[in-house]
Amino acid sequence: MPDRPPAPASAPAPWSKTVVIGGGTVVDETGTRQADVLVRDGRVVAVEEGIDIPGGATVLDAGGCLVAPGLVDLHAHLRQPGAEEAETVESGSRAAVLGGFTAVVAMPNTDPPVDSAAVALEVLALGAAALCRVAVAGAITVGRAGERLAPMGELAALGVRLFTDDGAGVQDGGLMRRALDYARGLGVTLAQHCEDRAIAAGGLMHEGDWSARLGLPGVPAAAEEAMVARDIALVAATGAPMHFLHLSCAGSLSLVAAAKAAGMPVTAEVAPHHLALTDAELAAYDPLFKVNPPLRSAGDVAAVRRACATGTVDAVATDHAPHAAHTKEAPLDEAPSGMLGLQTAWPVALAALHRGDPGLGADGETVPALSVADVIGLLSWRPARIAGLDRASGGDQGGPVVAGAPANLCVLDPAHAWTVEARALASRSGNSPWRGRTLTGAVRHTVVAGEPVVIGGEAQR
Amino acid sequence: MTARGAGSAGTGARSSRARTGSGAAARVGAAERSGAAARVGAAERSGAAARVGAAERSARSSRADVASRQDSDDGGSVPAPAPPGGPGGRRRHLLSIDDLGAEGIATVLRLSDRFVEVARRSIPKVPALRGRTVASVFAESSTRTRLSFETAARRLSADVISFSPAGSSLAKGESLRDTVETVAAMGVDCFVVRHGCAGVPAQVAGWTGASVVNAGDGWHEHPTQALLDCATIRQVLAERDGLAVDDVGVDGFVGLRVAIVGDVAHSRVARSGILALAALGARVTLVAPGSLLPPSLAGWPVEAVTADLDDVLPETDVCYVLRLQTERGAGAFVPSPREYTAGFGLTVRRAALLPDHAMVLHPGPMVRGVEIAAEVADLPRTVVLRQVANGVAVRMAVLFLLLGAEEVTGDA
Repeated sequence: MPDRPPAPASAPAPWSKTVVIGGGTVVDETGTRQADVLVRDGRVVAVEEGIDIPGGATVLDAGGCLVAPGLVDLHAHLRQPGAEEAETVESGSRAAVLGGFTAVVAMPNTDPPVDSAAVALEVLALGAAALCRVAVAGAITVGRAGERLAPMGELAALGVRLFTDDGAGVQDGGLMRRALDYARGLGVTLAQHCEDRAIAAGGLMHEGDWSARLGLPGVPAAAEEAMVARDIALVAATGAPMHFLHLSCAGSLSLVAAAKAAGMPVTAEVAPHHLALTDAELAAYDPLFKVNPPLRSAGDVAAVRRACATGTVDAVATDHAPHAAHTKEAPLDEAPSGMLGLQTAWPVALAALHRGDPGLGADGETVPALSVADVIGLLSWRPARIAGLDRASGGDQGGPVVAGAPANLCVLDPAHAWTVEARALASRSGNSPWRGRTLTGAVRHTVVAGEPVVIGGEAQR
Repeated sequence: MTARGAGSAGTGARSSRARTGSGAAARVGAAERSGAAARVGAAERSGAAARVGAAERSARSSRADVASRQDSDDGGSVPAPAPPGGPGGRRRHLLSIDDLGAEGIATVLRLSDRFVEVARRSIPKVPALRGRTVASVFAESSTRTRLSFETAARRLSADVISFSPAGSSLAKGESLRDTVETVAAMGVDCFVVRHGCAGVPAQVAGWTGASVVNAGDGWHEHPTQALLDCATIRQVLAERDGLAVDDVGVDGFVGLRVAIVGDVAHSRVARSGILALAALGARVTLVAPGSLLPPSLAGWPVEAVTADLDDVLPETDVCYVLRLQTERGAGAFVPSPREYTAGFGLTVRRAALLPDHAMVLHPGPMVRGVEIAAEVADLPRTVVLRQVANGVAVRMAVLFLLLGAEEVTGDA
């Protein structure tokens, strides 16, 4: 494995002041305990009950809350460069910290795409001024055109660990095989947006009972499953690791479960909206609910939740996809795919995976409930590992919350109910599928490199 | 009722229109000498209009939920659409046959018979919608449907604004929403919307305060086509039994065996037709190759699905032939028109399998020699031109029910 710089250029400078997070329950991979957390100079100094508050310290009340390693999003479209009307690295990072995230992986489908060191450096430089850590994913192919390999070595040398043509899958199986072989030599992970374009055939929503009734062209589950199956075969052929992005169908998850059972180096993420919304949302033809992969059937929603419970799924990743309002107020065949996710991921995951709230897509299906710690794990330490941002990989994300650890923390209120309104969304776009709805579960504080960037649900800069 | 941006001018216009509507309705009743016309003026109109309103409310309760969610997000730039049925905020649309239900369909058919009579007069025009403005927004080419709607609106004395993408602001890059709102700001009571993508009429209904009639959206629905098909079937059934069409009601549809043949998957005509016919009690069988069937028929009110047309025809009262799309190569859903004709075309041989009383319908435009043989297209039992003729009367009925009955229903 070639030498890599220890940390990407976007690491924020540590905050020098003292912070005490008091009265909460610390939750990390090692377990759960009542403790206060003392933070100074960007690091956790102490984790114990009854910490005396030093003079001049900022005190963050965590009563009734969970104090956890900051959430890590494997999949955020920050739109910069190229679509600053919809989002910027700064506005996206503000949405991220308001959602409890202390690190996000910026997807490379910008304009121009992240298929060269120049663009990666631009995004990393923007990330250095952002409210959270911004890691960058690179493209697998030049221009994400699926025709020839992007300079993955040049990008890996800048610290890029994940590569994907997300927005589209690499259609050419031969090229994908070559990419996997090449990636194995670099020690990086390829991440696939699984969608066989010919099978998807321009569909606008999930193909099923609803698409048939609504007269909308559908994307069959087979479009996703076929590429998952192909790529698992390619992983077997190459031995290179592979991460599956935003899996949405029962069949895809069965394939991944079988590959994992066979010991193959595959990981999988699911998006919050696929845990809680179904294709029935399209009944009013609102492009707000047009997303790729599409919202699937209730049976798929239940399967996605089950796969979270059984360990098939490694991460909940937002696929945060801002789009300017006017582009979504168009006929469904013109409107772009995608929905916001950063600020609602925690409450949606909690409602779908832990509480099993009714009315969230999987009614009538039996799904085992995850513990709160397991839900946080899917949002924090498990994705941190896939992104190479965990401490074992030389990063500063994912915990555990112990003395000496980098202070990237979130304070999550599992009981606070709030209504998703436009003014509460930090994104430059408003395309949240949850707007107008009430969610239970909120982010009270977020601490990035020791700095409280969110206090009491308000961004501090 | 008013579009955003129309402001108080719209409110004033509404009250004056309400007076006009009331007077016009009275004149329709007075001008007609027959008792039947008086029935239209009172009982039918009140029942029908109320029914349309109620159906729309129930059919779109979930949509209303979505709409209100949207509005909360727009920082006040979009006034919340008044709740359907609420004070001063009644909006009525025909987006799907489901908005009507069996009773609503029957009402449209009865009313359209009255308007068929209007068409036979020396001056085929009534003042029912005088002062109302109907905008036809056709973002997909259609001569027949557009002319039919515009003729219907003019025969009701409505003003007609006509809009299509070619040479318009849409071609210059203006969004559909901006275009619709611009037209709405001119004071439009009803949009008649045709679009190549399913759902656009429903979206337009959310963007303006005007009534919306779906004139065909993608593969979704074409409700007035289904209504004119039902009107045609009803006429033929009445004639067959030697009855006046007034007297037969819709009982003739109960148990009627209808075969819908061809490209159901991509047919808005089929979707609306199936819903309408089934609502009236007909037994619908779909005949198509697998590649032309929708991905799911769950919840569809059809009795059977088959690929054997020969088997179905002897047990068929109404054979509804759909148009075949003629894409070639990988985009084709059948190997060739020739193979389609061999399996699913209504050939001379196959037409002879139909019972003597059976009728043949086609929504047009027909491709003679592919889905229907030229000789069959010209048989007396093939009632395509009657379908077209009924189109105007049915669309008059729909526009009248949506726009002309406000005072009579008493629920405004």
